[in-house]
Amino acid sequence: MTVLSDTALAPAEQARAAAVRPRRWGSWYVAEHRIRAIQSYYKTLLFTAIGSPFMYLFALGVGLATLVDKNSGGAFSGASYLAFVAPALICSAAVTAAVEECTYPILMGFKWNAIFYGMNAAPLTGRQIVNGVFLAVIARILPTTIIFFLVMLVFGAVPSPWGWLNVPIATLTGMSFGVVIASYMATVETDAGQPAFIQRFIIAPLLLFSGTFFPLDSMPVYLQWIGWISPLWHGTQLGRDVSYGQVEPGWLIAVHIVYPLALCVFGWVRTQQVVTKRLNK
Amino acid sequence: MPAPVITAVDLTKKYKDFTAVDGISFEIAPGEAFGFLGPNGAGKSTTMRMIGAVSTRTSGELDILGLDPNQNGPEIRSQLGVVPQQDNLDMELRVRDNLIVYGRYFGMSRADCARKADELLDFAQLSDRSKAKVDDLSGGMKRRLTIPRSLMNDPRILLLDEPTTGLDPQARHILWDRLFRLKEQGTTLVLTTHYMDEAEQLCDRLVVVDKGTIMAEGSPAALIAEYSTREVVELRFGSDRNAVVAAELEGVGERIEVLPDRILIYSNDGEAELAEVVRRGLEPITSLVRRSSLEDVFLRLTGRSLIE
Repeated sequence: MTVLSDTALAPAEQARAAAVRPRRWGSWYVAEHRIRAIQSYYKTLLFTAIGSPFMYLFALGVGLATLVDKNSGGAFSGASYLAFVAPALICSAAVTAAVEECTYPILMGFKWNAIFYGMNAAPLTGRQIVNGVFLAVIARILPTTIIFFLVMLVFGAVPSPWGWLNVPIATLTGMSFGVVIASYMATVETDAGQPAFIQRFIIAPLLLFSGTFFPLDSMPVYLQWIGWISPLWHGTQLGRDVSYGQVEPGWLIAVHIVYPLALCVFGWVRTQQVVTKRLNK
Repeated sequence: MPAPVITAVDLTKKYKDFTAVDGISFEIAPGEAFGFLGPNGAGKSTTMRMIGAVSTRTSGELDILGLDPNQNGPEIRSQLGVVPQQDNLDMELRVRDNLIVYGRYFGMSRADCARKADELLDFAQLSDRSKAKVDDLSGGMKRRLTIPRSLMNDPRILLLDEPTTGLDPQARHILWDRLFRLKEQGTTLVLTTHYMDEAEQLCDRLVVVDKGTIMAEGSPAALIAEYSTREVVELRFGSDRNAVVAAELEGVGERIEVLPDRILIYSNDGEAELAEVVRRGLEPITSLVRRSSLEDVFLRLTGRSLIE
């Protein structure tokens, strides 16, 4: 090889060296960026994260519970209505937060706040962008669920020492919703109110019919399928198992774990594919 | 000549039934300011996205810094600065934070990012706005902020897609001045524009593109010398009379172009041609003798004006 071609190779070698860190850490850089953006409205988030568990636990776990506990006839495996409803509420709080972070930020990232194109013009890939956005969603819902769990403790809603598992369970439940919705939002070209539609016609019904406020099997059989497809029901049931020792067969517990995990993997990979394709115009 | 930093051979980009870039070939030398001049829809932005290693080519060869963007996108992009046609700053973040998060994408340390951000805000004369939310900046300032952002990684090659579209004249001149300085420092500039004055001011060499193909290539002066005359006389007789009068101008100048709003007479001595027009008893509403520009080159090559 001649000296001339060595100098010609130099820029390529420099480029290879410069891309090592972005290739390895790119996802974290995106997460860092998103967390910085989320921080700009942290006061609102903190207020909601602390205020809403108090509100819901007081209204349902204390207010409604006085009525329910007198008439439940042991419908909650001997637990109080407060202990029964709390795992459902922490899961729905995680779902709400995850859906929030997986609708508008994804839609805007391609459009009104087109940061994804900027990231991609730098060395970051579509996959890394999606990883980073989702890591930031986890960073957003984890504190939400931790705070919620602490309030549950304050209310005495967690009889079992394994109750802290509600935090990872709720986070998983939230993510399984969020990433699937993100995979859809990444395909949306024009905002025709899809986020509001998702909130009203998908999240709200699932919230009501996922065994949240009453056991799934107390619903008519023809409505019970909603619970089975809803990660919220699976998360909530798992939360009840660890919270007060609701007893379920092993295979069902396995379904409660595997199903949300499978949704996470599916939604995560699908979003990566959609975003990568959309960036490469 | 040193090895080119960008080489394209028969570069093509097709979308379903539309060919945006139709087999173009060019080479760009290190330190050169190279321009793509053409109207909207000529395929300039598509070409820029392929050079920017974010859009996969349909066919042809493309070599950037000795690498193939199909295999080494992140490597190539680590060496580029990009000023996109549409701003993609993060509106939710403050001015300085936008630069910092961007520097991080290249693997720079937080301390380096902060130092570089301050230095570049100064360079772009935006230091006093460093704490402002991007959303609160004027359009011109947002545009100006994309320049320091594109320089966070000390790029070898700076890609600018219509950098001054939508800017007022003052903001354009500030931007041009900054680009001159970068060029002096040896940064390779690749830009697209549909403004002929911008192309003349900034480009050492340019290609005129239309409908995805290259019509001509050369320095602005060489293109003007080759495809136009030294001077041009612009005459306006009123939109309904231009075509009628044109018939009576036979033999005036080297060449005549009749546009809907005016007649252009190409000549090496504009004043003499204007005198001849007056001698023939034709009375234009307005007349102007000017030097030929790239606009005239484009008109000659395509039969159309750049801005329609």
